[in-house]
Amino acid sequence: MFEDGSLFTHLLVDRLNYVIYVVLLMIGLWAMVAKNNLIKKLIGMSIFQTAIILFYVSIGVKEGATIPIYLSEHDPHGESGEVNNAQSSQPERPQVLEASLVAGYNNPLPHVLMLTAIVVGVATLGLALSICLRIYRAYGTVEEDELLLKLESEELRSSSGSRTRRWRPRSKRKAKVPKSFENTRSRKGDGDSLTSDGSQDAKARSRRPSKPKKSKDGEAS
Amino acid sequence: MKRASFILVLFIGLLLIWAVKDFPEWGDPQSPASSSPVSSHFIAKTGVDTEVPNMVTAVLADYRGFDTMLETVVVFIAGLAVLAILLGGPKRRTRDRDFIVEFEPDLIVTNTVRLIVPVIQIFALYVLAHGHVSPGGGFQGGVAMGASFILIALSWDLKTALSRFSIERCFTVAGLGILIYAGIGLASMFFGGEFLDYAHLAKILPISPEMARYHAMLGVEIGVGFTVTAIMFALYASLSTDGRMRDGL
Amino acid sequence: MGLEIFNTIILSLLVVVAIVSLCVRDLVVSAVVFGIYSFLMCLLWAEMGAVDVAFTEATVGAGVSTVVLIATVFNLKRMGKD
Repeated sequence: MFEDGSLFTHLLVDRLNYVIYVVLLMIGLWAMVAKNNLIKKLIGMSIFQTAIILFYVSIGVKEGATIPIYLSEHDPHGESGEVNNAQSSQPERPQVLEASLVAGYNNPLPHVLMLTAIVVGVATLGLALSICLRIYRAYGTVEEDELLLKLESEELRSSSGSRTRRWRPRSKRKAKVPKSFENTRSRKGDGDSLTSDGSQDAKARSRRPSKPKKSKDGEAS
Repeated sequence: MKRASFILVLFIGLLLIWAVKDFPEWGDPQSPASSSPVSSHFIAKTGVDTEVPNMVTAVLADYRGFDTMLETVVVFIAGLAVLAILLGGPKRRTRDRDFIVEFEPDLIVTNTVRLIVPVIQIFALYVLAHGHVSPGGGFQGGVAMGASFILIALSWDLKTALSRFSIERCFTVAGLGILIYAGIGLASMFFGGEFLDYAHLAKILPISPEMARYHAMLGVEIGVGFTVTAIMFALYASLSTDGRMRDGL
Repeated sequence: MGLEIFNTIILSLLVVVAIVSLCVRDLVVSAVVFGIYSFLMCLLWAEMGAVDVAFTEATVGAGVSTVVLIATVFNLKRMGKD
């Protein structure tokens, strides 16, 4: 099937854009499934997304057409319009374009759809990256296999009865840890972390940025 | 596992290529997408309806105004969510970073940036305001404006950038952008049209309904620009500092 | 014809760059190569006549998203496992 010469030109000359879109989509999908690092997965997601955008933009292309901005002879405020206005006292209204002229412009609709998709794409990429940072904060890694190991061991620990460490508020946890272990305990306490310390603490942190968050814990305990 | 995923992906790719075989040729003017009545309507009537030469801007801000407004809301919510995810939560790891950040901002870099940041911002405003007749508009201008603040944060430090555009102000501006957009929509509703039907704004403006749509589109783009500027900078600020808003990249 | 050659070159470069950005171990390099990928995409769209999309991709994809990726990697371990 694939040694057929006409099929080769059919796919790789006339429809190269579409074939490359499929290839990029496969690369992105493969990265999302098989890559180990979460950041790599996200880059794969972005590649997947741009592949879709490539598909849409390729659809909007017309042979021999120009960009979807009116040429000056069709432009309501273009040069020809001004000349006409100067000649006649009645300002000339822009005309509805004929079908033959419509074929001279690229299709603007896919461009609009994809333009917003790109900006929303970067916003969602930022959201996904923030979740990655949060995972790193809780588990110390963004590698999938290490993450699975840690989750499994945590599951074991919680099922064997010692889940008390997990959901305790920070103020109580902190009281137990001596000050000198402050730096080392982040390694130890991998699992005991998923508590939220509320927006008030966050606000206090942003107000007094350089100070450690000791005062809040002091007044809480 | 890896091999299985590879075979799966290959299978999906082959299916898609099989579908590609039946596509119209690339750039075929007779293809269904290019000859559809919707896009032909946009190309033929945009000049008459709105007097905007750039069809993409007209379709973006006028014909598909709802879509753009809610996309802006999505950007805003994503910014809020990033902040919410990173502010709370477990204790941060002690740093064994692979990067070394110098605390003194470099003299040459800061002076160059001092020169080019105003140019970038003027260009961003130009792109925003000139989006009707050339490529550009609220999204592009907003991102360029946000990038200028990111540049300040990169060349000095985040504190300098935040003293100019604090994170609270970011979200105020972002919310204001959506309010401008929705406000223009509500105003046109107030004057007897439907939501985001700008032609009815001609009742209070001394211009024709077409030019009312033209100028309302500019207002809408300004709203989009506000939101995108603020959220792009807020994204950078929260991600580079892991939510602490100090000593970032 | 010239445009088609340009198109073909960019499309094949895109595949190469996408694979490179996924196969490098260093995440910063990966992010920068992804910026190159975005910029090639932007060139391709400008060539296809989608100027607005190309402009957006140039500012967002090649600009902000690269910076955001690097800013995130700054808070993580720089070397990935694969």
